[in-house]
Amino acid sequence: MAQVIYDHVTKRFDGVIAVNDLTLEVKDGEFLVLVGPSGCGKTTALRCLAGLEEVTSGDIIIGDRVVTHIPPKDRDIAMVFQNYALYPHMTVYENMAFGLKLRKMPKQEIDRRVKEVAEMLGIQDLLNRKPRQLSGGQRQRVALGRAIVREPQVFLMDEPLSNLDAKLRVQTRGELIKLQRRLGVTTIYVTHDQVEAMTMGHRIAVMNQGVLQQLDTPENLYDHPANLFVATFIGSPAMNIFPARVVAGDGTVRLVAGDVTLEAPAEQRGRLAEYANREVLVGIRPEDLIVQPGQVSEDRQLRLPVEIVEPLGSETLVHLRGPAGALIAKADPHLHFSPGELASVRVKIEHMHAFDPQTELALF
Amino acid sequence: MVGSNRLSSRLFLLYLPLAFFTVFLLFPFYWMLIISLKPNSLLLNMKINPLYLTQFTLEHYRYLLTNTDFPRWALNTAVVTFGATFLSLTSSILMGYALGRFRFRGGNLAGTAIFLAYLIPPTLLFIPLSQVVARFGLYNSYWALILTYPTFLIPFASWLLMGYFRTIPRELEECAMIDGASRFQAMWRIILPLALPGVLSAGIFSFTLSWNEFLYALVFMGSGEMKTIPVGTVSDLIRADVFQWGPLMAAAMLGSVPVAIAYMFFVDQYVSGLTAGAVKG
Amino acid sequence: MTTAPAGTVTQAVPLRLRERVRHWLDSEPVLAYLFMSPGWLILLLFMSYPFFLGIWISLTDRTVGLPSGEFVGFRNYAELLRDRTFHLTVMNTFIYGFVTVPFKLVLGLLLALLLNQAFPMRNVLRAALLLPWIVPTALSSLAWLMLYDAVLSPFSWLLKNWGLIESNIAFLGTRTNAIISLCIANIWRGTPFFAVAILAGLQAVPQELHEAAAIEGANRVQRFLAVTLPVIKGILVITTLFSIIWTFADFQLVYVLTKGGPANSTHIFGTYAWQIGIGGAGKLGIGAAISLYMFPVLAVLSAILLRYVRSQEA
Repeated sequence: MAQVIYDHVTKRFDGVIAVNDLTLEVKDGEFLVLVGPSGCGKTTALRCLAGLEEVTSGDIIIGDRVVTHIPPKDRDIAMVFQNYALYPHMTVYENMAFGLKLRKMPKQEIDRRVKEVAEMLGIQDLLNRKPRQLSGGQRQRVALGRAIVREPQVFLMDEPLSNLDAKLRVQTRGELIKLQRRLGVTTIYVTHDQVEAMTMGHRIAVMNQGVLQQLDTPENLYDHPANLFVATFIGSPAMNIFPARVVAGDGTVRLVAGDVTLEAPAEQRGRLAEYANREVLVGIRPEDLIVQPGQVSEDRQLRLPVEIVEPLGSETLVHLRGPAGALIAKADPHLHFSPGELASVRVKIEHMHAFDPQTELALF
Repeated sequence: MVGSNRLSSRLFLLYLPLAFFTVFLLFPFYWMLIISLKPNSLLLNMKINPLYLTQFTLEHYRYLLTNTDFPRWALNTAVVTFGATFLSLTSSILMGYALGRFRFRGGNLAGTAIFLAYLIPPTLLFIPLSQVVARFGLYNSYWALILTYPTFLIPFASWLLMGYFRTIPRELEECAMIDGASRFQAMWRIILPLALPGVLSAGIFSFTLSWNEFLYALVFMGSGEMKTIPVGTVSDLIRADVFQWGPLMAAAMLGSVPVAIAYMFFVDQYVSGLTAGAVKG
Repeated sequence: MTTAPAGTVTQAVPLRLRERVRHWLDSEPVLAYLFMSPGWLILLLFMSYPFFLGIWISLTDRTVGLPSGEFVGFRNYAELLRDRTFHLTVMNTFIYGFVTVPFKLVLGLLLALLLNQAFPMRNVLRAALLLPWIVPTALSSLAWLMLYDAVLSPFSWLLKNWGLIESNIAFLGTRTNAIISLCIANIWRGTPFFAVAILAGLQAVPQELHEAAAIEGANRVQRFLAVTLPVIKGILVITTLFSIIWTFADFQLVYVLTKGGPANSTHIFGTYAWQIGIGGAGKLGIGAAISLYMFPVLAVLSAILLRYVRSQEA
């Protein structure tokens, strides 16, 4: 068990920068999720840690060893691949024992460990089967078992759940979390799925275009996104973003977008003052728009036409015609909305976000 | 009515054409077989139907095996075939692995060069190659063929294996290396076992091509007792204009048997090898 | 939120020489060149070197008896252009290489379409019908030699028996007869190759397409043209080019059946080069020149084939 450190790691492929000056520290025993859209460099970052890619510059540290130039086999790590990479010509038992045999471990010890892990994962009855005789979920467990049995310092997981069907994925997600907490092995988990990231990680590292955008706990990432990319990437449906002009006067600061005017939160007035008479990007999460059908006599209400209604059962997504494109709001599923009618909208301004339109960094 | 229509359409569109092809393609083998078993007295008798066998004898086979150098030719052919196949397969596995797996400068160029080498026929090279063989002092030795057959076996087998290695997911190897294998161990214990059908295809094809080769064997090992079966049969059993048809056909039968047997056991490997070598890009 | 690396980490020790060598050996380009070296060594020694040596020899008057030889420029090539036997050889090779191909293609395609249907013993028949291509050509040619024999030919016997001819046919006795006989034997040998290659292609034709076309009312021929042909076109082209190259550069079949006779009228490049360069007078220079006359045709065919294969890959 060990910490993992990326120290200014850069990886270039034929002039394309896949990972750009990545510096991040994963604590001992931590479950860290690397998340981002495809091509953001997360998998490359993981492969550099595994030693499957040579870094262009920078150092990688596992435990107290600099492993930058050490081949994969000597890094004391285990990896679960997206397609599981089970050796097709070996039985489940042989798959799990392969790494231990290579390390010249005594036969009884191998046997003991394989059986123990198989039992832990509930695959003890599959040990004599070949991978092609297993279902997708069973293969996934075997891949996991093969990693666990090695008792490595670090687990690397590259989208290990993405080949499972939706129901199994949710179930396995939970089991994986429990397992990691129990074993306490430092785990670095790559996914493009922000729901997986939010539910599994102690901390999440969001990457985009090879650059680390933000590293934080799920709660902080959601409530305090560092920039526009993180704000829109995390959360589903995505945060509503629209440009608004900052108008200051008689002790208040207002944000004006078309015929919609919002009052800025009191504690952010100072921050917004420097943007007076300029535009900022306003961000509001769908659950921070309180919508009701028809007219409600209450203060600070907006009235916006309903365009599309998506009832999801547990909640209803209401697409409203906003000042610049649609605004999506999460509504109580018991309320009834009809397209074309007006809805009353209240904005929870205390949860509002604003971004600099040039740097896209969060103002608040 | 429908049934009989269907039957007659199957007869004319399937069974009759198939019968034609079967007769056309297999008749020479039938002929080879009956002549090798036909007593000489019947062979030259033009009164009787030559297509049947009314009596048979193993005399031609006995003659071939005791009164000619055929057993020695068979030994020569076997030595050369196994030597050339082993050498070619070893180099081709390495070559195919490098071409199919590694990213390196000049990889595409090397692949193209291998493909073109596959297209260079022995008839283009045999005269200067006879000089090279003589200069290296290999003339009339097994090495003359063991070292020259790979010139057409390696391009073919490497091309086939390159395609095969490419179908094996890269992650398997990467996973093995993370599990603690060196690159060589990953190749030996993971990739090679999975490529076994491809290796078998390449091996069986190399075996056949070596066994059947004629021109190089004729030019580099064409004298004395170092002949191979095809060369020995064609040049020693036909003396002047006296054809010993019985022993000739017996030799043709026996010389074909090893490849025919290998073929019967591995039809599917043959077919996939043939289509991979000839068709797959 | 990023943190600087902790200070307790042991610094990387400079690698020792052995480790550096191992590290170097683990890099992909180095391993690639290492892995390819045995193969390339053999190909360089016994393919590239003879190829260039052949060009040199063809420019000398080297013979088997006089292995040094003197540089004579293009005299060998020029001499061949005035050689009547060489003219025949060129003609024969083109007939043999190109005229046989349409037959092999059509027969192979028909056979493949037949074998692609379901019938009892299909696999056995498919295996048996590939035999002409598998068995040593020199040996199967001996069977043809007897089938074409002036006295013993069963073809002559049958035709006489049916009263169609008076006397035996001289299958190999005249140039025309001999060339037709050679072509038939070559078609016999090559057809199974076409059939099996095309059969592999046919199995890639999606069945749904056939069904969809049938529902739209297409008959057998229309379905073949619209559905099957586009899928197997690549295989047809590549197989054909391979076959032309191999037939063009053939040797054994002609060597066994006619040895270029009667009166040197049925030689192809390979057998004529052998006769001049090795078999008869041992005129290595001229023999090498005959072989090299094949090169332009082979180069053009190979270039077309290479381009086609590359385009199929993309």
